[in-house]
Amino acid sequence: MSAGLYSMEAKDFDTNLDLTKVKPYGDTMNDGKTQLSFTLPVPCNDEGIEAAKQLLKKMGFENPLVVYYKELTEGFTFFNCYGSTIHTVDYTSIHVPKVESHTMDMPTTDQYIKDYIGRKIVIVGASTGTDAHTVGIDAIMNMKGYAGHYGLERYEMIEALNMGSQVPNEEFIAKAIELNADALLVSQTVTQKDVHIKNLTELVEMLEAEGLRDKVILCCGGARITHELAKELGYDAGFGMNTYADDVASFIVEEMAKRMGTAPAKTE
Amino acid sequence: MESKLGIDFNKVAKGKLLAKKISDEVEEFASHYSTVTCERTICRLLGIDGVNQDDVPLPNVVVDYVKEKGLINDGIMFIMGNAVLQTEKSPMEIAQQIAERKLDITKLPQGDKQKARQSLQPYIDASVKRIIDRRRKREHYIDTIGEGPKPYLYIIVATGNIYEDVVQAQAGARQGADIIAVIRTTGQSLLDYVPYGATTEGFGGTFATQENFRIMRKALDEVGEEVGRYIRLCNYCSGLCMPEIAVMGALEGLDVMLNDALYGILFRDINMKRTLIDQFFSRVINGFAGVIINTGEDNYLTTADAFEQAHTVLASDFINEQLAFAAGMPEEQMGLGHAFEMDPQLEDGFLYELAQAQLIREIFPKAPIKYMPPTKFMTGNIFRGQIQDALFNQIGIMTHQGLQLLGMMTEAIHTPFMSDRYVSIENARYIFNNMRHFGDDIVFKENGIMQTRAKKVLDDAVDLLEKMQTEGLFSALEKGIFGDVKRPRDGGKGLGGVFEKSDNYYNPFIEIMKGKGGKE
Repeated sequence: MSAGLYSMEAKDFDTNLDLTKVKPYGDTMNDGKTQLSFTLPVPCNDEGIEAAKQLLKKMGFENPLVVYYKELTEGFTFFNCYGSTIHTVDYTSIHVPKVESHTMDMPTTDQYIKDYIGRKIVIVGASTGTDAHTVGIDAIMNMKGYAGHYGLERYEMIEALNMGSQVPNEEFIAKAIELNADALLVSQTVTQKDVHIKNLTELVEMLEAEGLRDKVILCCGGARITHELAKELGYDAGFGMNTYADDVASFIVEEMAKRMGTAPAKTE
Repeated sequence: MESKLGIDFNKVAKGKLLAKKISDEVEEFASHYSTVTCERTICRLLGIDGVNQDDVPLPNVVVDYVKEKGLINDGIMFIMGNAVLQTEKSPMEIAQQIAERKLDITKLPQGDKQKARQSLQPYIDASVKRIIDRRRKREHYIDTIGEGPKPYLYIIVATGNIYEDVVQAQAGARQGADIIAVIRTTGQSLLDYVPYGATTEGFGGTFATQENFRIMRKALDEVGEEVGRYIRLCNYCSGLCMPEIAVMGALEGLDVMLNDALYGILFRDINMKRTLIDQFFSRVINGFAGVIINTGEDNYLTTADAFEQAHTVLASDFINEQLAFAAGMPEEQMGLGHAFEMDPQLEDGFLYELAQAQLIREIFPKAPIKYMPPTKFMTGNIFRGQIQDALFNQIGIMTHQGLQLLGMMTEAIHTPFMSDRYVSIENARYIFNNMRHFGDDIVFKENGIMQTRAKKVLDDAVDLLEKMQTEGLFSALEKGIFGDVKRPRDGGKGLGGVFEKSDNYYNPFIEIMKGKGGKE
């Protein structure tokens, strides 16, 4: 099974970086080396290993290597594999829609609100629908914040209300009206069977029916949320993995100032 | 036991006494009330099961009917006893007739109260016997085929489809798991009824139904016999149907139940009065059936900071222990919860985690304490995640945890793949075997980082209990003492299902089961 510690393969490929034809980097430019693991519903035997290799070839991997395999239960085998992909992507032609704001830290955001909005702003957040997870909304809103990024509750110029989990869209909207919210944050953690799409869409429709949609800044977040998806669903922004309270706060205050016509001229 | 941490056991005794006072006050309050789910539990114990033509469970049909007629304060036993006496039908037949609108049990003449009571005795005896037989079956398995060493390896399955769960659960058992928890579908905790029958659709989990319990119990008995180790089944006796799920588990041979009113109050916004009343009856049943309960203190640390708020976990464990004692539960069934949730960037974090785990072990020496893995600081970096889980496992074996809920390196990404469970079980088995007696072979440095930390956490927990005892548990929850979450005493879900007991009210199952440990 061992291929030896040192690769004796001839490097018969171009080792210069070409951003129009990018492929994975193991230890040499353009070697295409990729590691992957998966389980096949087949017995753990020679035929099973061959099945894994054939699958790797179909996935576009040359020199497929099964370095470890193990029967998980009868009829299921787990594989750790390596291969060199034949595929490339053109990095130079990629365009990804992004939240257009400059992330500011907490004091800067508070100052920005004082300077360009001139009053405290109200943000209401919740994990809506049947979603019982508060981890996302807590990370953004709770005083403590997450990974060193303070939550919105700690901002001097933000009145933040975290309604918690399993909040029906009706209740969420009622609270937004009651508090005269400037921005609404919806967190969706559970995404099995696309339950989050249905729920997020319903909220937009209900806000539109109430004539509120244009009066608030509407954001959604969660590990499976992208900005692109959020825009598609009618949200102003979407915040996925590795975004924090300061990203959300910066977007909201800049967007608010922009809508009020009080935003400072950009110096770019 | 000699304390590795050098803690003052007079202080521990003080904490337990304070917690007992807090618990006594709650139980005094709860004893005057019952709830719709407690009454539905009694229906189930009288043999009422199944659904009407609109899929409404018959226990709900009966209890809602009595409630609408304004007679719920008398309790189901009182009304059903008279109905059985007057109609000479079984409670199940009566429930069906109510569902078909053929019988109004609230209009029957009131017969002799003593005879009415006696008319239910055969039904009471039958369900109590069934629960005892179930318990005996478990004990017999453990005596004959045996069980895995502690910490029990505890894994979850969560496909949404009970038949797929069976495949995953049996695979997990073959790889070494001792406990299989079937995660419930999102939102079930807030349903004020328990769905019926086998289910194949769920979000992030599978419905807890009596039929699903039966299917999984059978599958685990099969695989247990195959691997020569009794495999325990865990489900969730929390939310708005605590005692009902307890009784379903007792009837179908579940072994472990998540069972924590405090968790429901804080994290599911369930009304505190409702759920503390429900919890009492559910713990009486769990105690009788030999079910290990798990409390949910670990969850506090998903919202509050694990280092700063460690004492709240301990304080809550103190209270949960007393609430379980009040329901007649032995220490050996109290899976008090705590967790490995400190920020991995914290210097000496491992020492603080070890001190905390050892502290919980020493304060609750007979309890099969439940140790929860890192979740809050798990990221998409599965390679670091595997190391976090390894550190967690090292503390688990060093401090003799009872139930080790195995961490998954893909936590925060997806519900576990079959292979994730394999990687996780291999991690735990490697460490548990490789470090089996390490904890017994080392001493903690006197007044070192760990001893100092443990003493401080204990001091802070006892101080907190002292404050809580003066103001009571309800006020403490209103002020957000646990998990930084505040809940008003008359807010939250389920308060409408609470009612005061009338003079006619009785529930014989408390007397039959409380503290009786499955013996007649």
